[in-house]
Amino acid sequence: MSLDFHRNHFLLFNMAFWGFVFLSLIVAIVPAFQASRTPPTPGLQPLTPEEQRGRELYVAEGCSYCHTQQVRPLLEDRPYGRPSAPGDFVYAPPQLLGTERNGPDLANIGNRQPDETWHLLHLFNPRIVVKESVMPEFPWYFEVKDRPEPGDIVVPVQPPYVAPGKVVAATRDALALVAYLQSLKQPKLDLKMLGMMEAPAPAPAAGGAAGVDTAALGDQVFGANCARCHQPEGTGLAGLAPTLRGNAVVTAADPTDHIRTVLFGQGGKVIDAKQFPGRMPAFHDVLSDEEIAAVINHERRSWGNNAPTTTADAVRKERTK
Amino acid sequence: MASASIQPKVRVQEFLEEDPALTRLIFSYIVCSTFWLLVGTAVGLLVSIKLTYPDLLPYEWFSYGRLRPIHTNTVFWGFASLGMLGLGLYVVPRTSRARLHSFTLARIALWLLNFVVAAGALTLAMGVNNGDQEFREYIWPLAIPFAATILLHIYNFYSTIAARRIQEIYISNWYILGACLWTSVLYVIGYLPWYQKGLGQTVTQGYFMHQGVGMWFTPFVVGLTYYFLPKFLNRPIYSYALGVLGFWTQMVFYTLIGTHHFIYSPVAWWLQTTAIVFSVGMMVPVWAGTGNFLLTMRGKWDTIRRSYSLPFIVVGVLLYGLGSTQGTVEAFRLSNVYWHFTNFTVGHAHLTMYGFVAFLIWGGIYGLLPRLTHRDPSILAVGVHFWFALLGLGMQVVALSIGGTLQGISWVDKKPFIDSVAAMAPYWLWRSVGGTLMFLSHLVFAYNVWKMRPGPQPSAEAARARVEVAA
Repeated sequence: MSLDFHRNHFLLFNMAFWGFVFLSLIVAIVPAFQASRTPPTPGLQPLTPEEQRGRELYVAEGCSYCHTQQVRPLLEDRPYGRPSAPGDFVYAPPQLLGTERNGPDLANIGNRQPDETWHLLHLFNPRIVVKESVMPEFPWYFEVKDRPEPGDIVVPVQPPYVAPGKVVAATRDALALVAYLQSLKQPKLDLKMLGMMEAPAPAPAAGGAAGVDTAALGDQVFGANCARCHQPEGTGLAGLAPTLRGNAVVTAADPTDHIRTVLFGQGGKVIDAKQFPGRMPAFHDVLSDEEIAAVINHERRSWGNNAPTTTADAVRKERTK
Repeated sequence: MASASIQPKVRVQEFLEEDPALTRLIFSYIVCSTFWLLVGTAVGLLVSIKLTYPDLLPYEWFSYGRLRPIHTNTVFWGFASLGMLGLGLYVVPRTSRARLHSFTLARIALWLLNFVVAAGALTLAMGVNNGDQEFREYIWPLAIPFAATILLHIYNFYSTIAARRIQEIYISNWYILGACLWTSVLYVIGYLPWYQKGLGQTVTQGYFMHQGVGMWFTPFVVGLTYYFLPKFLNRPIYSYALGVLGFWTQMVFYTLIGTHHFIYSPVAWWLQTTAIVFSVGMMVPVWAGTGNFLLTMRGKWDTIRRSYSLPFIVVGVLLYGLGSTQGTVEAFRLSNVYWHFTNFTVGHAHLTMYGFVAFLIWGGIYGLLPRLTHRDPSILAVGVHFWFALLGLGMQVVALSIGGTLQGISWVDKKPFIDSVAAMAPYWLWRSVGGTLMFLSHLVFAYNVWKMRPGPQPSAEAARARVEVAA
């Protein structure tokens, strides 16, 4: 028996096989075992049966081909939440970290967009809420009927997205999918205490600092955080979010209510005799005082509004009140 | 009839005296491979158009998220795998000077794999999958018959090589059987559940999605090229030793780099750094192979110009080197800041799987089939296939690379997310235009395969007469 790879096929192919098995042990199996034993992040909730059903639909529809669920420790990922920790994924077979973002990251979407009505509209047809969206629509999770039946969750879809006179009702699957999206909330981590990194500082050099264009900042913050409900031109959406044009809070001489709405959110209010059952999220954890002042001033000076503006100091006062 | 400026292509002048049963077996692999190419790329084209017209075909089974894995899995396990295996059924016995161990096993493997790809497409359309985990989306009941086809080929190839009538194991067989062995391990590791909880599954995902390409398609087509290139050029490979070096470094370096798909993720930092370091090491097998092939071609450009199969191999070899080098550059942490999660990666995937793997398979088919069946395709039609495929690929990759870079810049600039979607619009459109050219080229390829089908053997006299006319 020759010990020559060129002549001894048994030796050659055993070497190739076992060499690969050995390297795979080092680089796949052992680290996978270690990662599988990660304890859950404190505060992480297991999914309810409905949320679990929603997660199965998320997987079936291939949502992770366009939506990641991992926030990287990079500044560009800050809008999506804190950097993901290994313990965030404990209750998650199959893993859904994803490798492509044709849509935004969803690791913390339950905090970033908590409103059920928005999600239902968005699933029925994403173009209703975001004109430029390329996300597929999911009409098979909805029923279009002449009149709602008792117990139906009616989605406020307007023509041309539904025939005039018809109503759209969400199926249990649609509600399960939304329940799953709402469950995606990153538990808070004291990053400083864990010694992982510095806690994210409020956006530096924003707002009052010399050379920063606050008008541009306001426009940018509005586009990234507000436009998906209130729409880019501030027109709002029926059944979801009120118009900001001539809106009583937005055009009030005293901006206090306006500041508090952005800081702490809003929900279930009747505005101009219209019911808005949804919930506006709170932004006190998401935006700095400078960013909130800039976006408030943007709303107060755009689309025909012409109300007195505010400052980052005023926001700070309301935040700590 | 050719004008003076165009080099007339020479028809194949050498016919191999082969077992007609083997020819028919290989041809059945090529036909099935071609069928899956048409299905897989039709789906791919539809998926790409949906990024421009998202309201097109808003039906459950035609949803973007369900079609995308059908596209990738069908072209991977259907088209490319069957194409490679079909060519391997020729190369392994030929370079071993032995008869293929079992025709029956090869036929069983063919129909098993066809079944897996068909059932896989059906289940994915129904929304039944193994998670949105690239290239292991088929559910485990389909992963088992897939692994079985690989095992059947391992047994068949190994037995053939063991019965060889020469002392040395030719380098092609190292790569071809190596690819089968590695992929069998890969499937077992990818589907066993015990170490795949939470983030553990992300670790195996990086490993699987990288090895599924890097330890299956890459070594297999490199192995095929170690036979076809010297054969079609009629000269020995430049350096046999470089081929051996490439084999062992392929096994060591490629295996360790899966986590470069999860840079900056919560997966262990040491694993990410290991992946980046060996992504640089990967340049050794890549350029050992590419350089070896290019040096084998040197001075033979006239032969290449006058052949219709060799230009495919030249493109495949060049894009093997360039595409893999691009992959190394994408692995660095800095490039991840701009390119990770963007369509740049999609461009890279097509540059390599299509420009490198598919072109080398086509080069092998166009070179081998006429030698076996004594039937040539129309040279014009082969030219149309070549140029449509190459131009379409170029448009697709350039569009996705520019668009993907703009996406990354938009995110780093902290623009609203939807800006990056709007920025992609023109580039997605150009990608679909390129994709249309590619799909058209596949229709022409299917026609060419039909033209090369085995038929009643012409008498030796008739064959000689035809060669004289063509020459």
